[in-house]
Amino acid sequence: MPMVRYISRKFIFMILSLFVLVTATFVLMNAVPGSPLQREKATSPQIQKNLEAFYGLDKPLIQQYGIYLKNLLQFDLGISMKKRFYSVNKIINDSFKYSFRLGIVSAITSVVAGCVLGIIAALHHRRFLDNLAMVLAVMGLAIPSMVMAPVLQYLFAVKVRWFEVAGLDGPLDYVLPTIALSSVSIAFIARLIRSTMIEVLHADFIRTAKAKGLPGHLIVWRHCLRNSMLPVVTYLGYLLANVITGSVIIEAIFAIPGMGKFFVQSVIDRDYPLIMGITVFYAVLLMVCRFLADIAYALVDPRMRNFATKAGN
Amino acid sequence: MQNNSNIGAVQQTSPDLFTPIERVMAGSERIERKSMTAWQYVRYRLVSNKLAMTGLVLMVLTVLMAVFAPILSPYDHFTTNLENANRPPSWSHWFGTDDLGRDMFVRTWKGAQISLFVGVMAALIDLVIGVVYGGIMGYFGGKVDEVMNRIAEILYAIPYLLVVILLLVVMEPSPTTIIIAMSITGWINMAWIVRGQIMQLKNQEYALASRALGAGNMRILFRHLIPNAIGPIFVTLTLTVPNAIFTEAFLSFLGLGVQSPVASWGTMLNDGINAIQNYPWREFFPALFLSLTMFAFNVFGDGLRDAFDPIMRKS
Repeated sequence: MPMVRYISRKFIFMILSLFVLVTATFVLMNAVPGSPLQREKATSPQIQKNLEAFYGLDKPLIQQYGIYLKNLLQFDLGISMKKRFYSVNKIINDSFKYSFRLGIVSAITSVVAGCVLGIIAALHHRRFLDNLAMVLAVMGLAIPSMVMAPVLQYLFAVKVRWFEVAGLDGPLDYVLPTIALSSVSIAFIARLIRSTMIEVLHADFIRTAKAKGLPGHLIVWRHCLRNSMLPVVTYLGYLLANVITGSVIIEAIFAIPGMGKFFVQSVIDRDYPLIMGITVFYAVLLMVCRFLADIAYALVDPRMRNFATKAGN
Repeated sequence: MQNNSNIGAVQQTSPDLFTPIERVMAGSERIERKSMTAWQYVRYRLVSNKLAMTGLVLMVLTVLMAVFAPILSPYDHFTTNLENANRPPSWSHWFGTDDLGRDMFVRTWKGAQISLFVGVMAALIDLVIGVVYGGIMGYFGGKVDEVMNRIAEILYAIPYLLVVILLLVVMEPSPTTIIIAMSITGWINMAWIVRGQIMQLKNQEYALASRALGAGNMRILFRHLIPNAIGPIFVTLTLTVPNAIFTEAFLSFLGLGVQSPVASWGTMLNDGINAIQNYPWREFFPALFLSLTMFAFNVFGDGLRDAFDPIMRKS
């Protein structure tokens, strides 16, 4: 049963990490000097009291913490302080679909483009195409998204008008944000695939496959790629994390009404329930992604099945 | 036919068919190649890597410019001059001016100062915490390792940008806050690298010899083991810097990090983005130098890793 133990161990750690984050968020948000409800213009003491009662701020801290945890377990993230009468759940519900779609599209783009680039580089090891692919990869790693996005926007939406400057309505609108969002991951995956693939290409079983006269594309697809994919599977959890947190910038630049935009706005507004809600939501999302990536890794790699219980991390 | 005739003829051998060559002892033991210590070899590999050297040169140039350009320039990064707003690059303003007439050249290198400061400080804090924590984990092993590793794992799973943003809500947005926030989870990677190294090294003979001579645990760990793990530590350190620079630019770009009038590449990019159509130089220079700096640290770190890689050394 090493597999079950491995998964349950990972699961317990995920829950623990989440608990630490949830508690830290609560402590931090309550450590801020001054009440979050204070405004520049004076409110009457009665209104202030009512507001505090409405948000449960009149109770002792430890009780507030209990209520907060209880609500979290019921997926109730509270009510925004700046956007009146909007529950945090509703804000996330409305905005997350944009972030989610963009995230999925760029995750797929990253894996596909990264693999293709990596395979081309590995098959042309130390020749022109390899060098070209690796120069592209280094550039992808070096050019951050807040440089890539405005440059793409300027070139292809302002100068050549092939795409819309902002928004996320039609399928064409995905092109620029996706490129800007995935360039780093594409570069990373390409380098990962290239280095493992070069190693695999020299393995004995590839020589056997060649000796048996297997056509080249079958060797690459069936024997090489499958073995080179392992590190990519481990990277998938982080890829999703990158794509989801990276979209904060992309959403700001391309004016996409996604969750990242609300997150930044909530931080600027000091809208504590919204900050806490989105933080917890992001955290759950990212940790679940990593958890699934860990499981996928254990399933894909036969070696992991035996070592699963021993492996430290 | 040829073969058959050869087999038939028995070759007659006699000692006079052979002439012994005189053995020259002098020089037979000479090593043709200059012998190199491990460090010389690493340096040789690094210096012969053109891309890594390009990175190093760019790094040095950026540091020099960041230090001297703001001192030598007649302008400063915060004085506004509205009559001179949005001027294109010229002899008096090499990188042009921004919407408040501030000199972009000085602001760009002021931004470099902040980026380098944040990058290097974050990397150094990661280094200190990571080496001590990872060293103790790896050296003592057993229960100590178990407990410390669990703590690290729990912290590691917490998304790093969320922690940074949360702390920025609570604390004053400044480079120092960004550095502290990044260090909360940043050291874990370093700790794991050090742990792995120390676990490999701690059973080596020199550690045993040191123990036999009566050295204490701390002395063995910090005087003998960690200096031998310096390669991977240094590589991790170099690759932490561009990450930290990126995070600073990311936060400042969103308006959560360094605040105006202090110049940071992130804030300058955000300012320039609205002006990109009419005054592209306001976006171009911070974008160029942010990318170049990240490129420099990345390729230098890669080159360093290749230079230290023992597998590559065999070939």
